[in-house]
Amino acid sequence: MKNEKAKIISNKQIAPDFFKMTVASAYLAKTSKPGQFLEVRCSRELDPLLRRPLGIHRILKNGIEMLYEVVGKGTKILSQKRPDETVEILGPLGNGFILNPNRDAILIAGGIGVAPLLALAEKITDSAERTADRKKLTVIIGARSKSHINCESDFNKTGCKTIVCTDDGSKGKKGLVTDVLKGLFPRTQDLGSSTLIYACGPNPMLKAIWAMALEKEIPCQFSFESHMACGVGVCLGCPVKVRKGLIDFEYKMVCKDGPIFNAGEILW
Amino acid sequence: MVNLKVKIGKMELKNPVMVASGTFGEEYGELIDINSLGAYVAKTITLEPRVGNPAPRIAETASGMLNSIGLENKGFEYFAKEKAPFLKKIRTAVVVSIAGDNASEFKELASRVSRLGYVDAIEVNLSCPNVKHGTRHGLIAQDEIATKDVIKAVKKASSVPVIAKLTPNVTDITKIALAAEDAGSDALLLVNTFFGMAVDIDTGKPRLGNITGGLSGPAIKPMVIKMVWETYKKVRIPVIGCGGIMDHKDAIEFMLCGARAIQVGTANFIYPEAALDIIDGIKRYMSEKKISDVRKLTGAIKL
Ligand SMILES: Cc1cc2nc3c(=O)[nH]c(=O)nc-3n(C[C@H](O)[C@H](O)[C@H](O)COP(=O)(O)OP(=O)(O)OC[C@H]3O[C@@H](n4cnc5c(N)ncnc54)[C@H](O)[C@@H]3O)c2cc1C
Ligand SMILES: Cc1cc2nc3c(=O)[nH]c(=O)nc-3n(C[C@H](O)[C@H](O)[C@H](O)COP(=O)(O)O)c2cc1C
Ligand code: FES
Repeated sequence: MKNEKAKIISNKQIAPDFFKMTVASAYLAKTSKPGQFLEVRCSRELDPLLRRPLGIHRILKNGIEMLYEVVGKGTKILSQKRPDETVEILGPLGNGFILNPNRDAILIAGGIGVAPLLALAEKITDSAERTADRKKLTVIIGARSKSHINCESDFNKTGCKTIVCTDDGSKGKKGLVTDVLKGLFPRTQDLGSSTLIYACGPNPMLKAIWAMALEKEIPCQFSFESHMACGVGVCLGCPVKVRKGLIDFEYKMVCKDGPIFNAGEILW
Repeated sequence: MVNLKVKIGKMELKNPVMVASGTFGEEYGELIDINSLGAYVAKTITLEPRVGNPAPRIAETASGMLNSIGLENKGFEYFAKEKAPFLKKIRTAVVVSIAGDNASEFKELASRVSRLGYVDAIEVNLSCPNVKHGTRHGLIAQDEIATKDVIKAVKKASSVPVIAKLTPNVTDITKIALAAEDAGSDALLLVNTFFGMAVDIDTGKPRLGNITGGLSGPAIKPMVIKMVWETYKKVRIPVIGCGGIMDHKDAIEFMLCGARAIQVGTANFIYPEAALDIIDGIKRYMSEKKISDVRKLTGAIKL
């Protein structure tokens, strides 16, 4: 990891509350892995004080892209930054997704959860050999409504199958990502040994996916969120409860031990 | 050349800029040269492991942050085994912060820590529930007698200087400071976090899993400076200032009001280079003001 003042190449609004920021950084381009994240200093003032954790949306040749939703003070300030300004970024942080080229992959994004999954989809399709037995890649994007669905075309470009659903039915199927997931599960096939689920989104969504995956014995890698101060494992401010033995638990840190965890590890 | 060296008891610091317990770790060694710090202060340890508090543990507030980590640590045994290779390599002062439920736990831990051989001072985290005198649910550092008991016990067991870390959550911090000095503390460290609380009005729930927590960061600085100043006037042992220091100007402000050294806490999270920038800034300030010795800054406020 490094703490860099990266030059902003572009910072564009792509939907009412969503922005895409591209920054130049040869270092981040070279060292980042899908699933890792960054601690971004939105402001040099004392308020807002802390950095904001943001995922790595895309790993480019000479920089990286972030996709963020404006939800509060920090992201609002970030959205007002212009090209050629710099932004202080600490990263790459945490551990990335673990790829398994021998399995079909289902990527599930809830809302802004698409952010780290595009980098993953691009990595999977880049590294997969373009042969007939290439493993299947399916992406499910779910959100509240049409204006909260992002990146459908970016995923399509990777050549994966993309399914969209919204709570209100304003785009794609009406329903939750778990409804779509159910439709993907054929009754007979042994999915447990052939499929892998990657997901990022609100905790209740992850929990529901895990409940379904567990039945089919499909391994899941989930990206978790937590409020953070340091982002590197120093402050112990971002705990997630994981199983320890049969009855006990311990805390792991989302920033350092995650943000990607195997769903089976988590004490839900 | 300016002199930046200061002494805390018999511990020599190459400069007066330390990092605060719980806000710095070896992870930052990837970003900055830890050996350039005045002192490396480890996160508070207890004899036995502690799991810590439920999530969320962090809540940002105006120019500050609340935390409720709950002294999560893996206990002395783990610390002694796992951290030794890193701590032994450090070429600057190493301070280990300890906590416990009562004076005998503090004593036992102090004795084990000072026998490690590579520790230059023990910081006594007195912001722990006052179990023995616990009828009032307070912290040790809210009670003069409990403070004295603990510091006396630690002093007896320790072969290295002892720093008493006080809580600001008292009516008169100088009383506790004098109690710690009386008990033989080699220095005083002001302060740990201020009690605080925040609520999410949309959900109606507290922002911290533990409901309440401790406030740190720039928001607390003026209150701590006043405490340092009041304490400095009353005690003979060195006072170390800690609270909301973000840059060299903040650090110098503390020193002018009586701090012999300072600790950088929350600022590390915002920019891990903070402590090193502060050292450079103090040097620049001294050259500009033609001050040759950093010790001359302590208490140099003009009234
Ligand atoms: C590993 C990780 C990756 C993330 N990746 C992305 C991403 O790619 N795109 C994106 O839009 N968002 C992402 N988030 C969420 C993002 O960090 C928050 O939306 C952001 O911190 C909100 O800041 P704010 O100042 O706008 O909001 P405010 O509500 O004003 O923030 C107040 C405080 O709460 C914290 N906070 C609020 N919401 C969250 C949250 N959901 N997670 C963590 N901290 C929060 C802030 O960091 C800040 O300390 C990620 C979070 C984590 C932990
Ligand atoms: C996340 C966090 C963890 C902390 N952990 C400890 C600790 O383990 N022991 C201790 O004595 N103080 C601890 N503190 C208090 C700091 O050392 C320091 O006294 C306080 O934060 C005030 O300084 P600051 O405003 O510069 O951060 C912690 C503070 C924070 C923010
Ligand atoms: S944010 Fe500090 S340990 Fe994770």
